[in-house]
Amino acid sequence: MSGNGEMTTSDGVRRHDLGDSAGVDDVLQIRRVSPEDVLSVAGSALASLCLTWLLYEQVLPFSGAFGFWLCWYLLFALIYLAVAGLTWPRLVVRNKIMAVLFSSGGIFACAVVFEQIGYSAIEGLPAVRHLNFWTSTMAFSGPLSPLTEGGILHAAVGSIEQIGLATAASVPLGIAAALFLTEVGGRLERPVRTIVNAMTALPSIVAGLLVYALAILSLGLPECGFAAALAVAIVMLPTVIRAAEVVLRVVPGTLREASFALGGSQWRTVWTVILPTARSGLTTTVVLAMARGIGETAPVLLTAGFTNEMVANPFHGWQATLPTVIITSILDFGQDPNYVARGMGAGLALMLIVLALFTIARLIGGKAPGELSKRQQRRLSTPRIEEP
Amino acid sequence: MAVAISPAAPNPPASASVGDDVPRTITSRGSRGDLIFRSVLRAAGLSSFLITAMILVFLIYRGMWALRADGLSFFTKQSWVFVGNQFGIGGMLPDTIIIAAIASVIAIPVALTAAIFIAEYAPGRLRRFLIAVIDLMAAIPSIIYAVWGRAFLMPRVIGTMAWLSHHIGWFPPFRITVPQSASTFVGSPAIAGMVVSLMAIPIITSLCREVFSQAPASEREAAYALGSTRWGMIRTVVLPFGRGGVVGAAMLGIGRALGETIAVLLIISPTPALNWRILQSGGNSIAALIAGAWNYATYDQLSALMAAGLALFAITLIVNSLAAIIINRSRSGAATAD
Repeated sequence: MSGNGEMTTSDGVRRHDLGDSAGVDDVLQIRRVSPEDVLSVAGSALASLCLTWLLYEQVLPFSGAFGFWLCWYLLFALIYLAVAGLTWPRLVVRNKIMAVLFSSGGIFACAVVFEQIGYSAIEGLPAVRHLNFWTSTMAFSGPLSPLTEGGILHAAVGSIEQIGLATAASVPLGIAAALFLTEVGGRLERPVRTIVNAMTALPSIVAGLLVYALAILSLGLPECGFAAALAVAIVMLPTVIRAAEVVLRVVPGTLREASFALGGSQWRTVWTVILPTARSGLTTTVVLAMARGIGETAPVLLTAGFTNEMVANPFHGWQATLPTVIITSILDFGQDPNYVARGMGAGLALMLIVLALFTIARLIGGKAPGELSKRQQRRLSTPRIEEP
Repeated sequence: MAVAISPAAPNPPASASVGDDVPRTITSRGSRGDLIFRSVLRAAGLSSFLITAMILVFLIYRGMWALRADGLSFFTKQSWVFVGNQFGIGGMLPDTIIIAAIASVIAIPVALTAAIFIAEYAPGRLRRFLIAVIDLMAAIPSIIYAVWGRAFLMPRVIGTMAWLSHHIGWFPPFRITVPQSASTFVGSPAIAGMVVSLMAIPIITSLCREVFSQAPASEREAAYALGSTRWGMIRTVVLPFGRGGVVGAAMLGIGRALGETIAVLLIISPTPALNWRILQSGGNSIAALIAGAWNYATYDQLSALMAAGLALFAITLIVNSLAAIIINRSRSGAATAD
C-alpha cells in the first residue's frame, strides 16, 4: 500500500526560475525550505492568533471555539498572502501560498486524528482507571451504580468473538477473490473489480439489513453474535479484497515465471511462491481490516441486540459489543453521568484496541514482498543439515 | 498478468510443426488441480456480485409489504408514524442527500489538499507517517467521531451557526424559521454533515494520493525543465493526470457519506419531515432512521425499514458504481502493475 510505484524528482534538483523577472540567475530550489519560509509562516500564524483573539474575544460578538479557529485560519491566509506579496515576485508567491494551503490539509488530518485519540483518552480515563471496569460485567450494576462497580468485560468478549468470526469468514474469501483478480483474471476481472470498488462504500447498515432479512428472518438464525459477525464480514470483505490485491500485484512476475519454468502448477505456484512472498503485506491487510471491522456499530446494533450480561456463546442470545455499549450509554442513559462515563470508557477501550491492531499492522507490514528480515536471511544462509 | 504460460490461451494445443522458424505457441491445459483451483478463485471473485444481488433480492422481498401498502407515496410522503403505519421517506431521502452534500463540500477540498501534500510535498519519512495517519483516520470507528461530534464539537460550533444564520440569513437554506432558542441550532443537518465529512476525508485522500503519485515522472521533470514552479508542475501535470481518479474518489466519498449511520443518529434531532434549512434543528437520514427505529419496530414497520434500506442501497449502489467505473477508467489497476 505504501510506496506503490511512486515517482518523484530527486531531491535538490535545481532549476532556474524563469518567472522571476528580477533576478534570472536566482536558483529556485524545489525541495528545500529556507529559514525565511519558516519565519514568514510562523510570523503570520502568530500575528493572526493575536488579531483573532483581539477581534473575536474582545471586539466582535462571536462565540464558540470552532469559529475562533476558522477565523484564525482565514486571517492567517490573508496575512501570509500580504507577507509573501511584499517579499517575493508573483510567481513565487503563488507557489508558496499553494504550498502552505496543501500543508494545512495534511496538518488538519493529523490534528483530527490526534484530537480523536486525545478526546477519547481524556473522557474515558475516569471509568478506565478502575480495575473493575475491565474485569466485571454490567449484570449486577444499574445506571446509577458508581464507577467502582460494573464494567465492560461482556462487551469486550463479544467484540473479540465477533471480530474473530468475521475475520475467519472474510479473510479467506477476500484473499481468494484478490487472487482471482491478480492470478486468474479474464473477462470477469473488470466487472469484479468495479463491484468491489463500489462495495467499499457500501452503507454498513445495509449489510446488517441483509443479514437480518436473510439469516434471521428467512433462515431462522436467532439474533446473536454470529449474525453480527456475518454482517461485519460483509463490511470487511471489500476492504480485504482491495488491500490484498494491491499487495499481491507487486509480487515480482519473475518469481511466478520461475515457478512455472520449474514445472509448478498454478495452485502450487500460488501456494508456495506467491502467498509466502506476500505474507507480511497480507498480514497487514488482515490486521487493518480487523481494525476497521471492530468499530462497526450499525450492523451489530441490528443483528446482535444488546445485553448487560456475559454471553460467551456467539450462536445463542443477544451479545453486547464495545460500540453498542457506547451508543446505548449515550442514547438511552444520556442523563446519568456515570453511565456516560462508562460509555466513554468503552470508547477508550475500543480506541486502544484499534490503535494496538494498527501498531501491529505497521510493525509487520512496511516490508516489500520477498524482503527478508535479518533472522530469515540468517536462516537461509546457514546450510541446513538434514536429519537422516 | 505476466505469466509465460497463459492458462487461458485461445490457441489449440501443439499446432506448430517442428523445424519451422515460426515461434512455438505456448499453451497449457491446466491439470485437474489447477482447474479446481481456478474455479474456486473465480467463485470467490463472484461472491461480491452474489452479495450485492442478495441485498437487492432480500430487501425487495422483505420491503415488498410496505411498498405495496403505500405504493409510490412511500417515496414522497413525509411521515414516519407507527400508529396506522404512515410511512414515507419523502423527507428523509432528500435530507440524506443534503447531509452528504454538506459533508462532501467540506471533505473534498480538505482531502484534495491533504492528498496533494502527501503525494507532492511531504518528504519520504513524513509521507510514510502521513499515509499511516490517513489509514488510522479511516480505522477510527465512526462511533468515536459521532460521540466527539455530539459532546465536543456541537457546543463549540453553535456560535458560528448562529452567526451564519444572523448575517447570511438572506440565503434561504441558512434562514431560521422558528423563534430562536437554546436548542434552535442543536442537531442540525449542518453539524451532522460536518462530522460525517471526517469519515469521508480518509477514503478520498488515500484514493487521490494513489492517483497523484502515479503521474509520470517524465512529464513532471519536463515541467520543471521548462521552468515551472512546484505549484505550476502540479497544476499542469499532476492535476490533469489525476482528474478522473479525483472525480471517482470524490464520488466514493459521497457514497460513504450517504450511508453513514451512527454520526447522524447521535447528532441530529430526528424529524420525518424534510428540513432543508441546514442550520436549524431537525431532519434525518435514512440510515439513521433505520438504526433509530429498529428496536421499536413491529413486523410491519420492519418491512417499511427494509424498503427504506432498499432506497438507500439503490442510491449508494448507483453513486458507488459510477465512481468505481470512473476510477477503473482513469487508471486500470492491472495496467499500472506491468
